[in-house]
Amino acid sequence: MNRYALGVGAAAMVVGAAALADPNTDVALEIDGVAIKTIAASAHADNPIGDTLISGWHYRNDETRALQLDDFDNPAFLAVELGRELWEAADGASGKSCADCHGGIDGFAGLRANMPKWSEAAGRPLTLEQWINWSRKEHQGAEPWKWESEQMLGMTAAIAVESRGMPMDVQTDGPMAEWFEKGRDLYYTRTGQLDFACASCHEANSGMMLRADHLSQGHLNGFPTYRLKWQGIGSIHRRLKGCVQDTRAEPYAVGSDELVALELYVSWRGEGLDIEAPAVRQ
Amino acid sequence: MTSQTARLAAAALAALLAGAAAQAEIAPSDVAIADGALETPVADAPGDAERGKAWYADRGLGNCMTCHQNAALPEISFQGDVAPPLDGVGARYSEAELRAIVVNSKEVFGEQTFMPAFYRIDGLKIVRKESVGKPILDAQQVEDVVAYLKTLTD
Ligand code: HEC
Ligand code: HEC
Ligand code: HEC
Repeated sequence: MNRYALGVGAAAMVVGAAALADPNTDVALEIDGVAIKTIAASAHADNPIGDTLISGWHYRNDETRALQLDDFDNPAFLAVELGRELWEAADGASGKSCADCHGGIDGFAGLRANMPKWSEAAGRPLTLEQWINWSRKEHQGAEPWKWESEQMLGMTAAIAVESRGMPMDVQTDGPMAEWFEKGRDLYYTRTGQLDFACASCHEANSGMMLRADHLSQGHLNGFPTYRLKWQGIGSIHRRLKGCVQDTRAEPYAVGSDELVALELYVSWRGEGLDIEAPAVRQ
Repeated sequence: MTSQTARLAAAALAALLAGAAAQAEIAPSDVAIADGALETPVADAPGDAERGKAWYADRGLGNCMTCHQNAALPEISFQGDVAPPLDGVGARYSEAELRAIVVNSKEVFGEQTFMPAFYRIDGLKIVRKESVGKPILDAQQVEDVVAYLKTLTD
């Protein structure tokens, strides 16, 4: 506090406000008997967040948190249902459904936790959206789904829920190393007229109030996520693009190499946490 | 030089001299902060505290309450707490210091400060098109905000 050179009274006031703004860590996320690690020791000693990772769920208010405790209350489950229907629906030149080739969608348990994942065929990491469109083109002979379309959001949500309760686990070595470094650089690059980096908000000031927004550590384990503000479910890239846009920058495009690299680096920062998708946030 | 361009040049020069006499506006890139202070106002007219209060609270301009608490503005709900409260800041700092903080906080608190530099256009990355080359506050708005901060004496 003394870096601000405050008088005693003023310092006490700030401490009081900060205490109010602390994430609520007295609650636990358990859905259908599955305990989900939303507070965890970081898997990496060199994680700049420090020892303790806290999911965004703990920073939200009681009402918003409650929506995630039961899938019947979770508004993201409309999307999950659509995804499950699409899984069974024949499409494209192959006339086959995802299920015809892949079997049950539970066969993809753990997949969401590994995203973005290296593709030998593409010679680059692909996000879950990109894997789906790759398989639609290569195997199903179907048109790609738009990134933020209800089909894509439904399918990513339905696949992600199969990884619920499984730890985030991305590859960052080998051919991924270059992408990881790029993501880290971008995380600390200040952008826009307001000149903020991701770290300005989610590392240096997590736990603080930015106006009415309670700043979290900025984790990706809940995506795709239903946001009350969006009145709908949205992808990782939509969220990241919005955060960059808020610095009054020309944001990186959805699906761009920049956002893929950021997704990889931010996922690594979350290793230790379990997938809790589809999450509900303000 | 034709006689017409000569006349135009003379007129431009006269206008420039008249402006300089009144006190010229200083462009963002020409501001020189020294030892955390900026004595010379950046606008050519004095600041107005009432207007400054409005810029302070305008989300697209100062948006100061996003980070700072200020007991003088109880009507603004949800003031942030990522920065020190501004109560009494007009007594803690001189006008020149307040001007320097608003113009370019980075030169006062260091490159890493969370506070945006409100009157700076250089060294920024991928700025959105409509804001390229434009500081967050214009010169007059800077002086208005400084005048408002001077009223926060307790
Ligand atoms: C005609 C058969 C076929 C259809 C239809 C099909 N896929 Fe695939 N898919 C494959 C094959 C083959 C692979 C590659 C498996 C491998 O190389 O391990 C694959 C790979 C994938 C992968 C990457 C999995 C991984 O572990 O990296 C995803 C994700 C995927 N498919 C999703 C889908 C979805 C969603 C649909 C329906 C919209 C679909 N696929 C339809 C055959 C199919
Ligand atoms: C000006 C501050 C600011 C900056 C800069 C910023 N964010 Fe955010 N971000 C927010 C706010 C506010 C939220 C919503 C509340 C929260 O979870 O922190 C948010 C939410 C998020 C979330 C969702 C967290 C969840 O639990 O659902 C992620 C992920 C995220 N940000 C990542 C980033 C990344 C990556 C960057 C840099 C490209 C970035 N943010 C830059 C303010 C910022
Ligand atoms: C994004 C957050 C943010 C915004 C917006 C912001 N500030 Fe600040 N401000 C800070 C931080 C953080 C400090 C503390 C300096 C430091 O240590 O980095 C600060 C310090 C100050 C100080 C010195 C306070 C003291 O007691 O030492 C003044 C004065 C100030 N800001 C005025 C303003 C004004 C006026 C505005 C709006 C035009 C504004 N700030 C907008 C974050 C912000």
